[in-house]
Amino acid sequence: MNKSLNKKFHLAENIFDNPDQVPARNGYGEGVVEAGKADDNVVVLCCDLTESTRNADFKDAFPNRFIEIGIAEQNMAGIGAGLAFAGKVPFISSYATFNPGRNWDQIRVSICYSMANVKIMGAHAGISVGPDGATHQAMEDIAITRCLPNLSVIVPADYWETKKAAIAIAKIDSPVYMRFGREKIPVITTQKTPFQIGRADTFRNGKDVSVVACGSLVYEALVAAEKLSKSGIDVRVINCHTIKPIDEKAIIKAAKETGAIVTAEEHQVHGGLGNAVAEVVARNSPVPMEYVAMMDRFGESGEPNELMKKFGLDSTGIMAAVKKVLKRK
Amino acid sequence: MALTDAQIEYLEDMATHIREDIIVMLEKAGSGHSAGSLGTADIFSTLYFHVMKHDPKNPDWEVRDRFVLSNAHICPVLYATLAEAGYYPKKEITTLRKLGSRLQGHPHRGALPGLEASGGPLAQGLSIAVGMAVAGKIDQKRSRVFCMVGDGEMNEGQIWEALMFAGKNRLHNFTLIVDRNNIQIDGFTEDVMPLEPLHDKLTSFGFHVIEVDGHDIRTLIEAFEETIFEKPKVLLAHTIPGKGVDFMEFKPGWHGKPPNKEEAEKALSELEQLRSLGGKITCEHE
Repeated sequence: MNKSLNKKFHLAENIFDNPDQVPARNGYGEGVVEAGKADDNVVVLCCDLTESTRNADFKDAFPNRFIEIGIAEQNMAGIGAGLAFAGKVPFISSYATFNPGRNWDQIRVSICYSMANVKIMGAHAGISVGPDGATHQAMEDIAITRCLPNLSVIVPADYWETKKAAIAIAKIDSPVYMRFGREKIPVITTQKTPFQIGRADTFRNGKDVSVVACGSLVYEALVAAEKLSKSGIDVRVINCHTIKPIDEKAIIKAAKETGAIVTAEEHQVHGGLGNAVAEVVARNSPVPMEYVAMMDRFGESGEPNELMKKFGLDSTGIMAAVKKVLKRK
Repeated sequence: MALTDAQIEYLEDMATHIREDIIVMLEKAGSGHSAGSLGTADIFSTLYFHVMKHDPKNPDWEVRDRFVLSNAHICPVLYATLAEAGYYPKKEITTLRKLGSRLQGHPHRGALPGLEASGGPLAQGLSIAVGMAVAGKIDQKRSRVFCMVGDGEMNEGQIWEALMFAGKNRLHNFTLIVDRNNIQIDGFTEDVMPLEPLHDKLTSFGFHVIEVDGHDIRTLIEAFEETIFEKPKVLLAHTIPGKGVDFMEFKPGWHGKPPNKEEAEKALSELEQLRSLGGKITCEHE
């Protein structure tokens, strides 16, 4: 085990040596079945995407609690709210471009304003959905959910974390948005890794600079930190899976102790994790910051790894940002 | 069971009280929607004082019938009805739209007992109501869900998404009321965006359609009580916007406008005369 990794998180032994590759959406699919076993009130709503959003197992396990909505995301959000008002715990599920993209007004009024206990699942999030192109690459979903009062926003880092998050959010009585990607990504946590909504986890200790990342970029941040350690740069890596409510304490601590912050996310630079972190830093402990994110443009078709590379959403992009921010420290 | 004349008269009187409350609260508020609120008072009286199983002392009663107002801008009629039913003190109606009030300009679920949903952006209430009906079906509860939409509101695509779903799932515990007053902000519905043949459209979406005079309480009750199996029901309720106040009836200008002090006094004296006319309020659509 790499000694710079924080032991209490029991990260995967093979992170830096051919890690397992599993889509985060599989974690959701398994997690929501567990949530359904634990609570009869858990129901799943889906918009004609049962298999790709990984709701097929839930449908098989609980056919009477699976509700096919058809291709109607606005209606799904409203029906979800109505079910919640009647005591159910609905997971409403589609691609993140449509849910919360297409049904944002319904999420705002029917769900958030009314404190409806609805779990909004944004699948195929990020640019890594690849060949489908910009229309299907949700790169704005964190921004449009983070701004809504009463709504929590969660971006798990891998398969295990997505599974644990799906189980955890079913147990809290408030609306939640959770996004996850389509592609296989490295499994960096393990079954033993603790998960707690609202807590940013310091996966790697470091004193020169902090990389605060979410989703698929947490792995890339760990890889970047390993490479930078060889040139004597000691990088702290924080997995900020809960974008809202954000863990202010961990961010302020990182700013004070490392004096520079890089954020990394598969999302537009405006309104995402980077902004959420900057809001905390600016008010509490201003330090130089750099953003690894989509720089205010739309994506395009391509293989996921090609796109991540082209737009700098990888360890190379993070390393460049770290070097840049350190010059201003 | 047929209602006695006295029972009908009670519901008609209640509708007049609701109309008076609407005039009072809108005049005090200085803004808000008069026409649709007045036009649906008879339906609200029928629902809350005869048809629905509910308990103002226990608004969260699990097996209550639920009502969702999707055309939520006419919430003065809902607020007036909830006050008359005893969900909250009637003196509070004059706080409508004021800072700190529980009577928000558009309903906020949780702010006031008896509000089943927040509303404002059109069509959202219909999906919410349908979701409640689905929950009732899953749990095999005997509670029913009622929802009102405005006719202009039916321009929204979400309405048809929700209707399609309700029809497919044969939500027999669900009753929709369409407030067919033929008017929306920019003019007559058939000029702005034609809805006809609305009866046929609703039938084709899997609903049992009953056309009713939205001011004839006896007919309304019969329509609400008609037992339909295996299908959701819709009352296509023909109403007169501004009903009960002569100078407001059929005037699109009163859609989103409150009466001023003089107009309110005139309206209230007109309503005073309406009390207990027993069956003399009828719909001119016929």
